[in-house]
Amino acid sequence: MFTLDAFVLGASGFSEGDILFQLAMFIILLALLKKFAWGPLMGIMKQREDHIAGEIEAAEKSRTEAKQQLEEQRQLLKEARQDAQELIENARKQGDAQREEIVLAARAESERMKEATLREIETEKDQAVAALREQVATLSVLVASKVIEKELTVAEQQQLIDETIAKAGDLR
Amino acid sequence: MNHEAPLAEFLGLTFNLSNVLMITVASAIVFLIAVLSTRALAMKPTGMQNFMEWIMDFVRNIIKSNMDWKTGGSFHILGITLIMYVAISNFLGLPFAITYDHYLWWKSPTADPIVTMTLAVMVIALTHYYGIRMKGFREYGKDFFRPMGFLFPLKIIEEFANTLTLGLRLYGNIYAGEILLGLLAGSLATGFFGHIAAVIPTLAWLGFSVFIGGIQAFIFVMLTMVYMAHKVSSDH
Repeated sequence: MFTLDAFVLGASGFSEGDILFQLAMFIILLALLKKFAWGPLMGIMKQREDHIAGEIEAAEKSRTEAKQQLEEQRQLLKEARQDAQELIENARKQGDAQREEIVLAARAESERMKEATLREIETEKDQAVAALREQVATLSVLVASKVIEKELTVAEQQQLIDETIAKAGDLR
Repeated sequence: MNHEAPLAEFLGLTFNLSNVLMITVASAIVFLIAVLSTRALAMKPTGMQNFMEWIMDFVRNIIKSNMDWKTGGSFHILGITLIMYVAISNFLGLPFAITYDHYLWWKSPTADPIVTMTLAVMVIALTHYYGIRMKGFREYGKDFFRPMGFLFPLKIIEEFANTLTLGLRLYGNIYAGEILLGLLAGSLATGFFGHIAAVIPTLAWLGFSVFIGGIQAFIFVMLTMVYMAHKVSSDH
């Protein structure tokens, strides 16, 4: 059912027209596809490539920026912390100084008050002594007038004086 | 299988109308697939655009494995068109063969040596053309005497051998596949038990033929780029 011819190259006849037709069709197909399919497809692939490259670049840039900002923030935070520390330190120092000052002032004040009180006591004492002296004088006058009223013996006189003094002591 | 080719004379040239038909059909299908899948192009590819981009990358990798992209980039479109056309041509004969009035009309266009040899000669001619254009005639001529002068006859034979093997490899694979398919479908499948017996080997051979069709398209483009690289790169 097979003749050998089926397996022999070109046995069915040489059709040179097919060569031209195949060539022409392939070239036409190539040109058409280049214009309508591969060209636009390559364009969009190139566009995507550019897009991705751009995106990567942008991401890289923003990453660097973020890193820089983070560094800045960290620096700022550090500074702020340092400032706060300094402030606290200052306040403490100031507080210490103030306390010292207040204590000193209080001490001085108490000293002054003590001084004043002492002086007052002294004055009071002086005044009391003066008053006493006056009293003694008055009493003396009183005694003298009594003596004048009545002749006294030496013993009586002594007794009278003692009484008077004792009375003065009681008065005190 | 004893079918005649529908020959016709036109302008003094002989045309195999079956070839003319199938070449046209294959070209139309390739064109339709390519244009339909690249109609709605988007930055985020979907569906068929992905497939087309995969083919592009595939061919790009074939070219890159043979030469640097700066010289090879200009063959990208040739490579994609070639691989699509050859693959579609190989697949066309697989689902069925149509005969009418003892003439075989529907078959793979690549199951005819005149078609594959046309493609092969075209490719080899292109390699020579680009060899001269990119390196200059002097360098191109000197390449025939490298690495040793006495290899010149071998180099000449190599050119013809390359052309012949490139075309006939494709033709042989596809034609053999179709012959066996025809045998399985036409001769084994006679009577009820014949049909039953033919199903499994036919299925197996169909699957294998699809594989061969793809592989042969890949090999054709691969060798095209290998020969191209031999002619256009200076490091050979």
